Amino acid sequence: MEYLVRFLAGGIVVSAFAVLGDVLRPKSFAGLFGAAPSVALATLGLALWKEGGDYVSIEGRSMILGALALAAYSLLVCQLLMRARWSALAATTTAILPWLAIALGSRQLFLG
Amino acid sequence: MVVRVKWAALKQSRWYEYALRFVLGGLATALAGGVARFFGPEAGGLFLAFPAILCASATLIEKHERERKQKLGLSGYRRGTDAAALDAAGAGLGSIGLAAFGLGVWLLTPTLAFGSLALGSVAWLLVSVSLWRLRSKLRFVK
Repeated sequence: MEYLVRFLAGGIVVSAFAVLGDVLRPKSFAGLFGAAPSVALATLGLALWKEGGDYVSIEGRSMILGALALAAYSLLVCQLLMRARWSALAATTTAILPWLAIALGSRQLFLG
Repeated sequence: MVVRVKWAALKQSRWYEYALRFVLGGLATALAGGVARFFGPEAGGLFLAFPAILCASATLIEKHERERKQKLGLSGYRRGTDAAALDAAGAGLGSIGLAAFGLGVWLLTPTLAFGSLALGSVAWLLVSVSLWRLRSKLRFVK
């Protein structure tokens, strides 16, 4: 049941930000919404209600590292599309591995 | 560069594309919750910035741009990848804003609870838009 609530909350918040990203122009501005805190709002809202502030605060701290890994991911995707002319699907799925490596590596480095 | 709203863009998306993003958003949220439950909040926090949504949006943007050009008898591949690259560049700036959101949540949640999520969202918007404006100005100067 808990995962169903998460699924529905995440789906609704992500869809709302996605619609905003669809209608806004120019495209580089709309792209900002590709990194909106949609999953975070749904997850942290539920966690705050269930687990309390200290738990959410720890999630927020490591989210900073995840977000910086996402910045590196976006840069890599941009280069794969512009320079190597990969398709969007190939570039965005391949770059998930470096995202994972940077996110987990920086967590190990900074948070132990 | 002026930001504007183009409502006609909503007609370009088909119902299953909205459904796909709903499902991906739901799965990403469930994944983040699952990772936090099994590996702790520190690992779960990383997955709050998992790039699932960017994956879907860049692929859909590429498809829409390609289809537009194909209607004019062109291949549209290059135009599609250019549009997806622009979206990814914007997401890169938004990611810095997302880090500001995380910083706000980290520092403010123990005292402000739900208010920290609202303030974090404002921080995301301010940092992202400021970086986007700065980038636009620098490109114009070049």
